[in-house]
Amino acid sequence: MISMNKVSKHYGAFQVLTDCTTHVNKGEVVVVCGPSGSGKSTLIKCVNGLEPFQGGQITVNGVSVGDPKTNLSKLRAQVGMVFQNFELFPHMTIIENLTVAQIKVLGRDQHEAEAKGMQLLDRVGLKVQALKYPGQLSGGQQQRVAIARALAMDPICMLFDEPTSALDPEMINEVLDVMTELAQEGMTMMCVTHEMGFAKRVAHRVIFMDVGHIVEDDSKEAFFANPRSERAQQFLAKILHH
Amino acid sequence: MGYHWNWGVFLQPSATGDDTYLGWMLYGFKMTIGLSLSAWIMALILGAVIGVLRTVPNKVLSGFAMGYVELFRNIPLLVQLFLWYFVLPELLPPSLGNAFKQSNPIVQQFLASMLCLGLFTSARVAEQVRSGINSLPPGQKNASLAIGFTLSQTYRYVMLPMAFRLVVPPLTSEFLNIFKNSAVCSTIGLLELAAQGRQLVDYTAQPYESFIAVTVAYMLINVVVMFGMRWVEAHVRVPGYIGGK
Ligand SMILES: Nc1ncnc2c1ncn2[C@@H]1O[C@H](COP(=O)(O)OP(=O)(O)O)[C@@H](O)[C@H]1O
Ligand SMILES: [Mg+2]
Repeated sequence: MISMNKVSKHYGAFQVLTDCTTHVNKGEVVVVCGPSGSGKSTLIKCVNGLEPFQGGQITVNGVSVGDPKTNLSKLRAQVGMVFQNFELFPHMTIIENLTVAQIKVLGRDQHEAEAKGMQLLDRVGLKVQALKYPGQLSGGQQQRVAIARALAMDPICMLFDEPTSALDPEMINEVLDVMTELAQEGMTMMCVTHEMGFAKRVAHRVIFMDVGHIVEDDSKEAFFANPRSERAQQFLAKILHH
Repeated sequence: MGYHWNWGVFLQPSATGDDTYLGWMLYGFKMTIGLSLSAWIMALILGAVIGVLRTVPNKVLSGFAMGYVELFRNIPLLVQLFLWYFVLPELLPPSLGNAFKQSNPIVQQFLASMLCLGLFTSARVAEQVRSGINSLPPGQKNASLAIGFTLSQTYRYVMLPMAFRLVVPPLTSEFLNIFKNSAVCSTIGLLELAAQGRQLVDYTAQPYESFIAVTVAYMLINVVVMFGMRWVEAHVRVPGYIGGK
């Protein structure tokens, strides 16, 4: 589904990603972790072309992301993305947040889009909030709406960039629950997260990054039982004793 | 002091005989409003376009917009007015230039003034629009692109609706400025509010009444604009939204 081959990226002289290679198969859940500044966000944004990269190839469902001839908007419409700060559109109601792209990008009619939107809101437990504005919801609720918004486009895979990092602790689980359910339904997912409990429960594989390199890319069992690199061991020790 | 107050002066027939002095003031008032509003509409449209262009990734477009802003913002307003009124007609193709010079002088003055105020203010509006767009959380653009919107859809549905809301308060002061700046246009003979005030002094020798009337008229405009813009602000307010991040 997602395939990266020797992806490199630099800002001027600063190398952010170096020869990153990995594959995410259909239905697979891959957790990406690593210290802050190691390039996790950059890597995941390269997948849907939000960040350009200079070396290597990325294909999503067979479409080359770096190819200038690729219609990136069309590709992105098929790839759901969830951000740390939710990024709902503040001037639109919750239901408008869920329908606007269905209507303007996919060309669905208003009724169809609203029906789909309401069904997804129901699924994340927020149907009664449909007519509110994002600023009137809690962080956890906003993030669930953001996931529903991405799902409304019927994505072939989902990218998450630290979806729970901006949340108060008591709201983390409501979001992780939605993500877990999604994973169990067989959604292909690439999640940057430090929630190791989630990784242990849900992930198939774990990628560990450090200074722009993919240092480990292993099954979750192998990763948690016995991380090979010292950096990953230190990282795990630190994060698990939190 | 031996000043002889006479508020009745406004009801006296004017020197030209076909109107009262109050009529002169109203003429100037209407001219100031007509000029300022038409220049403001021009400034809003041009300013929005140029402000957006300043933020696009395309270097040619953003460079053009930057040149535009620097040009119209940095040349003194009075100089720009003289350029439009005295110099431009000479630079136009003779047929156009002559048509302009032969048209009604009031039309000439009004057009040059509108162009001058509109372009000058558009550069300032553009800067406000640009800073409004740049103060949006950067993640908004990414989120919009990520959901499949093109860049122009991103501007249209996501960035501009929020940027314009952020920009209403600073635009209020630009809107007020355009009324004040319109007084400069009296230098090319346009009979707007300030010019009529001065005429009244010359013809009636009642300077206090004249300038108090002019001041009150400008203050009235101020109040109406402030209330109008506050209404707009309240009208577009997003429930639950607290400032830009
Ligand atoms: N626009 C940018 N210009 C220069 N450096 C950047 C830019 N964006 C990110 N970086 C740098 O790239 C590195 C990786 O960033 P990021 O992918 O956000 O890391 P992570 O998500 O793992 O914390 C960091 O060192 C960061 O400072
Ligand atoms: Mg990050």
